[in-house]
Amino acid sequence: MTELIERAAAADTPAVELSMQQAINRALRVLLAEDPDVLVFGEDVGALGGVFRVTDGLQEEFGDKRVFDTPLAESAIMGMAVGLAMNGWRPVPELQFDGFAYPAIDQIVNQVARMNYRTRGAAPMPITLRLPSFGGIQAPEHHGESLEALFAHTPGLKVVAPSDPGDAYSLMLQAVRSDDPVVYMEPKARYWDRRPVRLREPSDPIGTSRIVRPGRHATLVAWGAMVQRCVQVAELAAEDGVDLEVLDLRWLKPLDAEGLAASVSRTRRAVVVHEAPLTAGLGAEVAALVTEHCFRDLSAPVQRVTGFDVPYPAGPLEPQYLPTIDRVLLAVQRTLEY
Amino acid sequence: MPPHTSAGRESITVDHLSPDLTRALYRHMRTARDLDTEAIALQRQGVFPAYVSVRGQEAAQVASASAMDPARDFVFPTYREMAAALAYGVEMVGYMATHRALWHGGLYDVAASRFGAVNAVVGGPVPHAVGWAVGERLRGDDGVALAYFGDGASSEGDVHEAMNFAGVFGAPVVFFCQNNQWALSVPNERQVAGGSVSARAAGYGFPGVLVDGNDAGAVYEATAEAVARARRGEGPTLVEALTYRVEPHSTSDDPGRYRDEAEVRRWRERDPLTLLRAALLAAGHADEAHLAEVDARARREAERVRDGVATAPEPDGSELFTHVFRENTKELARQRRTWQEEVEL
Ligand SMILES: Cc1ncc(C[n+]2csc(CCOP(=O)(O)OP(=O)(O)O)c2C)c(N)n1
Ligand SMILES: [Mg+2]
Repeated sequence: MTELIERAAAADTPAVELSMQQAINRALRVLLAEDPDVLVFGEDVGALGGVFRVTDGLQEEFGDKRVFDTPLAESAIMGMAVGLAMNGWRPVPELQFDGFAYPAIDQIVNQVARMNYRTRGAAPMPITLRLPSFGGIQAPEHHGESLEALFAHTPGLKVVAPSDPGDAYSLMLQAVRSDDPVVYMEPKARYWDRRPVRLREPSDPIGTSRIVRPGRHATLVAWGAMVQRCVQVAELAAEDGVDLEVLDLRWLKPLDAEGLAASVSRTRRAVVVHEAPLTAGLGAEVAALVTEHCFRDLSAPVQRVTGFDVPYPAGPLEPQYLPTIDRVLLAVQRTLEY
Repeated sequence: MPPHTSAGRESITVDHLSPDLTRALYRHMRTARDLDTEAIALQRQGVFPAYVSVRGQEAAQVASASAMDPARDFVFPTYREMAAALAYGVEMVGYMATHRALWHGGLYDVAASRFGAVNAVVGGPVPHAVGWAVGERLRGDDGVALAYFGDGASSEGDVHEAMNFAGVFGAPVVFFCQNNQWALSVPNERQVAGGSVSARAAGYGFPGVLVDGNDAGAVYEATAEAVARARRGEGPTLVEALTYRVEPHSTSDDPGRYRDEAEVRRWRERDPLTLLRAALLAAGHADEAHLAEVDARARREAERVRDGVATAPEPDGSELFTHVFRENTKELARQRRTWQEEVEL
């Protein structure tokens, strides 16, 4: 275990082939090993290792007092996290799927998010809620929701959504070590994507975005699984001589207004892409920030390519709901031709 | 008292029921079993993205649904009620459509079937049954609502709140818990404090009954009694049918990670269909020739549903927008045009 920590800390760790689900698992192992107050719990996280195997082997390694199954009740899972935090623990609960965070919204919004404020700092909530999120896997109903706007709109919560295994690892370390509550949204569609990863200690402060692909003609802004889609778009556009920058916001609260502004001031054009429905989605926040910070530099209004204002649909309709490559390309064309 | 740990096959009796009824129970259970087998095959062939088996729970589902009256009652299912739907008379191609992911709630007519939409939120529909039942009393009608839920669902706040409401309002509702002893990877002893779901009814002031969920005759009797009580205006009942999930939680699950196959094998041997078949013969309600004929009919029906769902058309993309509102908004109409221009091919 300590060996893992040392390897993670070394700046030039060799790359290992890992999926995001494995990378998060590695991060949780590091956290459980380094801090005896870290507790991992939720539905089916023990023997099963979670439905996505993110907690695979953790109970075996750290015992069923540190890693345990709860009964099936999301509100109680989050309420228990509050009590554990008040008793000095560092809870890392999992809610099995995005749609099943809704039964726990009362505890998350009314309790987790504002306990530190209510108690004037006497009862901090160092809770990291792990939430398999977003769509793209043609799952049953309530298994493909995008709740980031709801969480980002809740004062007192920090919200992060990694887009690749390496980042997922560092961001998990950062989230759990933070003394504030963090909602850590894991893009299900990216769980199994394996790639060479360097396991790195977090280096950027919380709330820092990341340029995944530098470009000159427009900035594509995304998070979670849509980052990869934007990279695909950028590669296609490059064939036509259009050079797109892809900005991975990562942190949706606090949102990196400076990083966003720096990119868009250079490219003068922005397209924001998210899976969540259009209306009152985070794309609106991004557009507002760009307008506030880059008004004089803009060559075109910010374009939004998002899910539609409809409940997340069943399998065959999913590809027509999620932002397609064509829709993003059309938005790029609109902003370039404006 | 039903056995929590199965010692394998023993016998049940249906002597207390009419031959017509027990033959119908057998026919539905047989059809459900065959359709379940077809559904697992469809998942393996890639026609269904996933499937949740009802194998081993046919008695609990068919016998309870058969105690309800589809002309005046209302059933609130979870995602694992295929055999109940079938016995209740739901149009099964439309029901199975949910497993092909053609439409989340299924494509049957919920209002006409008096059978709620397939619902994946564990515990979520249980308060709906209470609301529906209270609505019957307010209007002076005599319909009864039945809510299915699992042992895992019994932990959800919604389920406890629903039971308290039902007790307070004296609602004509049957809470039907299929305790299949597993909630995904979590066994009863780590789920149900106190060890009994049915015992909880006492705290809410109405009767709780524990019944052998693999004994179709016992399930029918217990449910029929609960329904009759509710219909007489005597309020709710909680029926806990003890059974076993012999299949993985879903086709995506890997139960080797968390449970002992020997226990599963013992429960497979205590098959509700085999038990009922033997009981029918023993009671003289049917002979081998009749049962062979029923088996053949069940096969054909399962194949008909299989072919129907496998060849059903996929919904058109425009259906994304059709049922969001009853009165559409300008903004949604605008987004539909965006979809037409940018997505529809
Ligand atoms: C509110 C909610 N939380 C979690 C889930 C994920 N999930 C689906 S089924 C299941 C186990 C349910 O167990 P039980 O209620 O016993 O029903 P069974 O599957 O055994 O029929 C879980 C955890 C869900 N669908 N809904
Ligand atoms: Mg169960």
